[in-house]
Amino acid sequence: MAVTVFAMALQRNLFSAVVLFGLYSFFMATVLVALDAVDVAMTEAAVGAGVSTVLLLGALYLVGGTEAKPLHRPLIPLTLAIAVGVVLAYGMQGLPAFSDAQAPIHTHVAPRYLQESMKETGVPNVVTAVLASYRGYDTLGETVVVFTAGAGVIALLRRRRKDAK
Amino acid sequence: MSAIAGHYSYWVTVFLMVAGLYILIARTNLLKKLIGLAILQTSVYLLYIAPGKLIGGTAPILANGFTTYSNPLPHVLILTAIVVGVATLALGLALVVRIRETYGSIEEDDILARDIADADG
Amino acid sequence: MRNDIILRVIAKIFVPFMLVFALYVQFHGDFGPGGGFQAGVIAAAAIVFYALIFGLDAGHRLAPEWIVEKMIAAGVLVYAGTGFAGIFLGGNYLDYFVLGADPVSGQHRGIFWVEAGVALTVSGVMLKLFYMFTGRGREPEDA
Repeated sequence: MAVTVFAMALQRNLFSAVVLFGLYSFFMATVLVALDAVDVAMTEAAVGAGVSTVLLLGALYLVGGTEAKPLHRPLIPLTLAIAVGVVLAYGMQGLPAFSDAQAPIHTHVAPRYLQESMKETGVPNVVTAVLASYRGYDTLGETVVVFTAGAGVIALLRRRRKDAK
Repeated sequence: MSAIAGHYSYWVTVFLMVAGLYILIARTNLLKKLIGLAILQTSVYLLYIAPGKLIGGTAPILANGFTTYSNPLPHVLILTAIVVGVATLALGLALVVRIRETYGSIEEDDILARDIADADG
Repeated sequence: MRNDIILRVIAKIFVPFMLVFALYVQFHGDFGPGGGFQAGVIAAAAIVFYALIFGLDAGHRLAPEWIVEKMIAAGVLVYAGTGFAGIFLGGNYLDYFVLGADPVSGQHRGIFWVEAGVALTVSGVMLKLFYMFTGRGREPEDA
């Protein structure tokens, strides 16, 4: 994945950058399966490698294809990004180690969901039960966000018959 | 050395985040910036899901014969995040298309030059 | 791509399977990975695939614009409506356990309708985005 991201950053041809992005999404989906997040992996594969790549290609067709050569070497952004990375790495040291069963994430609400969801909802897939039932408001908000995005794109890209550019 | 081995997933996350951030701020092409933003978003998914995994556990679908499950809560949050991310990407792409039609180019320098010329003239 | 016979044959075989798979993922989301979002995206991807191979007009014939626009709004309304049904039957907004004879079947019914609403909106929006982006560049060429 690191190689893909490097190549994407350096590529000047935008079409290959978009194809590499699709490849990167598939790698991310595979990593997510390895982390036991099957619902998320399915969504990432469908959305990232499917819809995102198709939309990027559609926009690329409308916008046209190559990136200009930068005028001066981007040293300030590079140092800024590396500085942010160092600060993040320092902060990450405080987080629990990989697969630590005593981490706070595993000891508060999650055991209740895992144990009670069969009795209260009768749905074996705990992620669906939490998404649709325990945290139903969040899913309502998300559906409205998707609706708003669709409405926004319609507002931006709708053609008016009289003054087409 | 558990700072490195135990936190390996965090190192990968930080690397992806920094790479996405670099593409976002260092490249002047608007479409490239959006791709960098998408990479930044996927690194955040990794940041949330990696701590939820328990070695020896399985996916959070209740079945006979399994006792340890990975934490379902980050999965729910990231499902929402993925869909919101693609909504943001779609709106950003629509804006880039409109910018291209108005300014004729999607390079930041050309757009700034046009704006300065319009403000002066 | 209309003239490439391999792509046409494969598209004709695969598109029905993809649509049925989307329905499977939607309804099997209770027992395995899946649910509303994945099903909506897979259904939209099936129609996008069809439109890419057979042309945008064929895609428009299969999923006309007005149906897609109605689907986007209908999904959100179904979701909100399930919440209001909870109020009418005696509980709070988005309470599922009042929807059925006993709380667990009420939960099943509520989750079913909620996921259906989500799938409608997500597939509608993804398809509409595809139509918008591909329809934008065509009119200057026609005029």
